[in-house]
Parts: sequence; C-alpha cells; structure tokens
Amino acid sequence: MSEVLVYIDSAQGKAHPASWEAVTAARLIADARGAQLTAVVIGPSAAVIAAEAGSYGIPAALVCDNATLADFRLEAYAATLTKLVRDRTPLAVVGPATSRGREVLAATAADTDSPMLGDVMSLAASADGGLTAERAVYAGKALADASVSREGIAFISVRPRAFSAPEAAGGAAAVDTIAPVLAESDIPVKIDAVELESGSVSLTDARVVISGGRAMANNPKPAPAGVADPAIWKAQDGFANTLGPLCEVLGGAIGASRAAVDAGYISYAHQVGQTGKVVAPDLYIACGISGAIQHQAGMRNSTVIVAVNKDADAPIFKLARFGLVGDLYEIVPALTDELKKRLDQ
Amino acid sequence: MHIVVFTRSTPDTAATITVDTSGRVGWGDAALIVNPWDEYALEEALVRGKEAGGKATVIAIGGEIHSEALKHALAMGMDEAIRVDDPALENADSLAYAVTAAAAAQKAGANLILAGKESVDVGSDQHLVQLARKLGWPYLSNVAHITALSDTSATVVRLIDGGKQTVTCPLPAVMTVTKEINEPRFPSFIGIRKASKTAIPVWSLAELGVSLPAPRTAVAGFRNLPAREAKTEIITGTPAEQAATLVDRLFEEKVL
Repeated sequence: MSEVLVYIDSAQGKAHPASWEAVTAARLIADARGAQLTAVVIGPSAAVIAAEAGSYGIPAALVCDNATLADFRLEAYAATLTKLVRDRTPLAVVGPATSRGREVLAATAADTDSPMLGDVMSLAASADGGLTAERAVYAGKALADASVSREGIAFISVRPRAFSAPEAAGGAAAVDTIAPVLAESDIPVKIDAVELESGSVSLTDARVVISGGRAMANNPKPAPAGVADPAIWKAQDGFANTLGPLCEVLGGAIGASRAAVDAGYISYAHQVGQTGKVVAPDLYIACGISGAIQHQAGMRNSTVIVAVNKDADAPIFKLARFGLVGDLYEIVPALTDELKKRLDQ
Repeated sequence: MHIVVFTRSTPDTAATITVDTSGRVGWGDAALIVNPWDEYALEEALVRGKEAGGKATVIAIGGEIHSEALKHALAMGMDEAIRVDDPALENADSLAYAVTAAAAAQKAGANLILAGKESVDVGSDQHLVQLARKLGWPYLSNVAHITALSDTSATVVRLIDGGKQTVTCPLPAVMTVTKEINEPRFPSFIGIRKASKTAIPVWSLAELGVSLPAPRTAVAGFRNLPAREAKTEIITGTPAEQAATLVDRLFEEKVL
C-alpha cells in the first residue's frame, strides 16, 4: 500500500503541537490517494511520542532514538529521514513548518531531489496525484497558489495554527524502531551549551498574544534616579509589570512592535511583524501600537484583534475587532483586574 | 576567509502589495531594496571577511532587478558582486536555486556562506537549507553572534525555540543570521557613487556547468489577502467600564 509519511517534530522528548496539525494535512493527501499514514519520530522519547501519534489515528510509526539525537541537529535528523524516504519512496512527506521541521523537510527534499512547498496555509489533493497549496508571500501581504508536479515525492511543511489537529481518538500505532544513520563522529555540529528560558509561552504557538509598542515608554511610574535612559526603564517596567500580569491571567505570550524593539524596550525575540515573527493567535491585544503595515503583516491572521491606543486615528483600529481609545497604562490594569474577577483567579 | 553572501532584491517593506486581475504581483512605485534580512549578513561579511584581511563577495541569482540589491551591497563595501542569470532560471524553484547557488559558491571559492534568515518576497529559507545540502556543508540557522571564526571552524550562538544554543562546526558552512548579530552600516556617498559605476559580471548556467531539471513546483498565480471584517467596535467609557465591556465581548466571541 502506498504511504504518506508524517514527520513529527519534537524537542526535549515532547512533540511540537503543530505536528498533530500536520497529521490533518497529511490525511488529506492519504485519503485522496488511498494511502496509509506513517509517523516518523526522531529523538528522545520517540516511542512515547509514537504512542501519542497512534492516539491521533496514525496506524504505524517509525521511531529513532539514540544519544546522537538527544538535541536537534539538522545533519543527524535529515540523514535519518533521507534514508527512510529513499528506502520507502512515499507519495509525500508532510510535517509542521516549525523552526526544526521546516529545515529537516527542506534538507531531505534536497537530498532526494524532490519538490517541496513550504509553510503552506491550505492544501488540496486529488486522486491522480495533483497537489495544490496556498502560501503567504511578500511577508504575508499576498497569497500564492502553488502546485507540485505529479512526479516525485511531494514535501509539504504546514504553517502552525493553519490546520486544526484531529481529535485524539485513542488508537495505537504499530511501532518499528530504526537505527540512526550518522555516528557521532560523522555529525559536524557539536553543541557546546544550551540556555532555555523557562516557563515562557512560545510566541508563534500562543493562543493569546499581548503586544506593546512605542507608547510603552509613557509609563507614569517615575524612573529611579540614576538610570541611564528613563524611557527605556519605563518601557521595560511596563512590559514586565503592566503587560506581564495580563499575559499571566490569559496564559499568553508577550509580543512587541519593531519600534519598541529598535528603541531597546524589549528583545528582538518578541518582535511581531514583517522582520519578526508571524503569529495567528485566537486573541491579539495590541497596546500602544499604531499598526504600521509591517506590523500588520505579522498579526493580521489573528482571530480577534483588540487595539488599545490613545490616538483614535491609529491604523491599528481599522484592523481591530474591538478598539479601546485611551491610555494603555489605565486600560490594561483595569482589564487585568476585570479578567481576574471573571476568570475566578 | 572568503565570505559569500547570497542576496536578492525585494520591494520596500513599507510597500503595499497588490495583485492585479491576471494574478500578477505589483508594488506600485515603491522602491526595490536589498532583502532586509540580508543587510545583517552583508555587515557580518564585511566585518569578518573583508575587514579581517579576507574577502567578502555578494551573489544574487536571477534577473536584472537583483542588481539593485547587489549595488547596495557594493555601496556598503563588499569587494565583489556577481549575478547569475540564465533563461533556464525563469520559474526556478528552491531546488533549482540551491543547485545554481551551490555551483556559484564553489566557483567563487567560498569558505563561509551567509544570508539573511529568509527572503521576504518568497517568505522562505528553504532555498538556503537546500543550498547547504547541495554543497554537503553544515547549516546553522538563526545565528545571533559569531563567537570565534577561523579558516577551518566557527563557534556561534544560535536562537532556538525558547532559548539560545552555542555550537561549534567545521567550515565551510552555510549560516543564516538574525538581526541581533549587528547593526548594518548605511552605504556611504562615495560607496554609492563607486557602486553605480561598477559593472556587475553575469555568470550563465553554462559557465557554472549546471543544467537544471524542469521545475516540479509552480506558482499558478497570486491573490490579494481576503479582506478582514473591518467591523470595528469602539468601546467607550472609563477604563474600568471599557475593560468590563471588552471582557463581555470576548466571552461572546468565545475567545475566552
């Protein structure tokens, strides 16, 4: 029976939730072609993750777990996937367009001279092997309709939060263990140190994102005497002590506009927009952000957008479902209090 | 140390992108600029290559429009710019790009390839991963700092999901850089004048010894983004009243 491989991205022994969304996309192809789904899990706790894949209705899984795969290294992971693809010649390989997933799929597509559509937002498959997908181009300002030829193995990476994950129905996958391809001495990259921020919600996976802009510097709290730049201090304090508590109540992640990042108010890792991260949460709250076109490119696919801004003419209000004209330093604490009350925290 | 940067021209990031009825993309009278991510790669190549006693070369693959990016790179101070162009590159997909770029990097004699973390027009880094694979070189994405660099090895800090990672790898290698790595310089007036007078050599696929297979992915056309429901409800009142009404609405919209 022909086969569609689903690449399950994982780190520290946990599957990235976008992997299950990729299952939905893979099933579209498998159903159209009468093919079976097989999960590929590489890295720590691969067998546990394969069992989870089974609960999402995948009947078979290939697992590879070994000391050389403890941390993600592209060369080691791609070599393993490439060998599987060469041995099994699936119809397609589908995975999540997470930072690791997109790299592994692109590398394996190159190794096997296969066509790839990356970061797709929707997918249509036909019985004769036709495959078309929708991709965001020009930094999310336009859409492209792309297609893959019928020859060759189609590689598809799926944008996180573009597909919904299947319901976990409690099936079990038949697991096959495979050997890693590269020995430690064949892996060029050596990891010297890893520094992880604990407890923070990843921006791109968050259900709620609360972003601050240039107006974060309008914090009424006086900066302590002797700080080098009072505006930076005020903005940083605002991110931590005004947006922070709202973020905690909602279990969200903190974002920022490019203006706030460039001014040194918060690190680049939080930047949302054309030259930052693209997010699509259920709820996006823009605080003191005017809404330049570059920022919109990073958040316009959010389900509900709330804008808080002093300037009633700010472009962000055109995009928002709900607009609150006023001072974020008055509105955000009031909102945090109200939510605490209503969510019983 | 010979650092090669791959770049391309993209519409200005402030441009409004529109798609006409025949599915073609336009950006009005907005200027073409160097892909913004690549400015960081160019700056790093200047500091670590040219100014460290080595060489810094910039290469673009594609039509005449990419000369804009190459001129900008020359004006920043890059030693040499090359454009690879060939009728066969029309409709090239990421794999064709990778095969071509690999041959160009080898002909130029690169020890290290740098690029921005993605191209804003195609919205992808796929062609850069694939370039590394076609060369058989290691690929390190999202490099935020180069800690040590010699002709044979590099130690870098990479941004990974939820944190940072320090890694060492042998050269040659392909790396993409993030904006934390440096502050790109503006081209000087003298640089701009010099760049405008420089003739940029164009390499053909035959010169690179590359023959491309027929592309197996295609873009049928482009579309404008679906319009967002622009039904904005402005919530008024005191901050406490605004907060209470917003929470009501968020419950009604079922996002809470």
